[in-house]
Amino acid sequence: MASLLTVLFNGLAYGVLLFIISVGLAVTMGMMQFVNLAQVSFSMLGGYVMVTAMDRLGLPFLASLPLAFIVVAAFSVLLERLVLRHFYGTDDLTQVLLTLGLVFMSISTVAYIWGPSFRPVNMPPWLSGQASVAGLMLERYRIFLLVAGAIIAAVLVFGLERTRLGAMVRACVDNRRAAAGSGMNTGAIFAWTFALGGGLAGLGGALSANLLSLDPNFPLRYLVYVLIVVSVGGLGNILGSLLAALLIGVADVVGKYYVPEAGGVIIYVLTVAIMMWRPQGLLGRAQP
Amino acid sequence: MTGTTASANPGDLRAFFVKRVRWKPLELAFWAVWVVLFFVPGSNLVLLSQILIWGLFALSLDLLLGYRGIPSLGHAAFFGIGAYTAGFLGKYGWTEPISGLLIAGLLAGLTGLATGRIVRGLHGIGLLIVTLGLNLILFDFVHRSTHITGGDDGLQGITIAPVLGLFRFDMVGRTAYLYTLVVVFVCFLAVRALVTSPFGLALLGARENTRRMVMLGTPVERDVTQAFGISACIAGIAGALLTQTTQFASPEVLAFTRSADVLVMLVIGGAAVLYGGFVGAAVFMLLRDTLSAFNPIYWYFWIGLLLVLIVAVFRKGMLPTLGGWLARMRGGVQ
Repeated sequence: MASLLTVLFNGLAYGVLLFIISVGLAVTMGMMQFVNLAQVSFSMLGGYVMVTAMDRLGLPFLASLPLAFIVVAAFSVLLERLVLRHFYGTDDLTQVLLTLGLVFMSISTVAYIWGPSFRPVNMPPWLSGQASVAGLMLERYRIFLLVAGAIIAAVLVFGLERTRLGAMVRACVDNRRAAAGSGMNTGAIFAWTFALGGGLAGLGGALSANLLSLDPNFPLRYLVYVLIVVSVGGLGNILGSLLAALLIGVADVVGKYYVPEAGGVIIYVLTVAIMMWRPQGLLGRAQP
Repeated sequence: MTGTTASANPGDLRAFFVKRVRWKPLELAFWAVWVVLFFVPGSNLVLLSQILIWGLFALSLDLLLGYRGIPSLGHAAFFGIGAYTAGFLGKYGWTEPISGLLIAGLLAGLTGLATGRIVRGLHGIGLLIVTLGLNLILFDFVHRSTHITGGDDGLQGITIAPVLGLFRFDMVGRTAYLYTLVVVFVCFLAVRALVTSPFGLALLGARENTRRMVMLGTPVERDVTQAFGISACIAGIAGALLTQTTQFASPEVLAFTRSADVLVMLVIGGAAVLYGGFVGAAVFMLLRDTLSAFNPIYWYFWIGLLLVLIVAVFRKGMLPTLGGWLARMRGGVQ
């Protein structure tokens, strides 16, 4: 029983990471119908920014997290303004190929700058080791992840439902032309959302560097998971992404723990089954 | 499209199809080059065979993506089914290569029909995810069933009998090259006949305007299933060719990156022009051969850059862009 709870807990922590990495993509895909595979490259960049900040600049772990967010947000909005925005409105495949090309380039570039081998992260003592919570021995870092994920999800949902920018984002997701027609600067809203989504991906990458092992092949390893979360959750839906990320995270960890011989098959079968049942994703709205 | 020339007059209709089927001089030149390359001393026959096999694989994807407009992110699954079928046949005593190819193609084709039946209602990202997911399931299975497939070590001990009982597979790859060239050419003829036929026109029509084709009474959904089956069959034959000529099959043949690679090749060369896959495969393989000899880690950067440039500048891939230039030059002369 205790081991089941621990495995569940590990799965949730993994799901939280997937959520933080992919939520930005879910929103931008819902908003601009833009398939940005380079989201995983943003995550990798975030991880490397954090590692560099800690190793070279001697910044503490908590201070290097916002740095990863800001640097990647700035980078992603730069990419959006310079390259990606010219491809809004093209077909899915063009966008997939374009951003796949960017992923390939990012892998080689990162290998060139930071070296091809795996980069370890030195966690501060208060996040290492285990803590006893309600009789269970849980890893401190995963507890930290769950708390961080809960805060991020709450801020996002609150921000989307209750703030002016959130209302504008929702308007753009619902009907971009009507939003533009009522005087909103949709280009600027796109850019802000993109920066936020990219920054979150960077933060997710920084948070995951400790658990998911950081090396230049990070994007190819997690690309599939991010795509699964986004499509299973439903495009443009934050709660859907959260649900899908937790589901996939728990299914993956629990599956690999109890049925190790099945490997990754469990989540792939789950994904295919969900997509057959609801092509628009769990909480997504049916396409007209 | 010259669809308007196909009027109700049966004579015109016949002329229209005859014109579609006719061989252009450049096409003949393309295949002549492959024959000439065989006799050029010192040409790298192993690499050339690989290009032909990948070209055939890209052609199979072209049938689906170029002519029907359905992207598949999981096409390596069919390639892999073909590769492993040929491998198992060769390992357990069925060493005759040509029947091995046919069996591999048949199995892959049947899987393709089933896949087509599953995904035919999906569009956009859902379609990409489901094809990708099916590919990953198969990869994981092959990768983990070490006792059946040999896992990461691959399938070893594959014997392939001489082609037609006469031509033994040699170390330099001369037999392998000719065998590959003949099989690829035959498959190409089949695909060419298919896309110039009324069925090919129906596929193109459904790509351009599905709703209108439905109103014309064309069975659009059934065509998706059939196109998937045929495409998978050819991909399977390509995979079987790879196994037979290298006498080895590893899980890498159906990895997700393979599906991405073949898509990249097709897009580099250009979709829906029949030869795009071959040109793309040649560019991709030659680039990889040159750049990875130069620096093995960073060659993907250049493939990525090429992909971005193709999508950004050429949009349609190399062949259609070059064709457009040629047409414009000719127009200028007249």
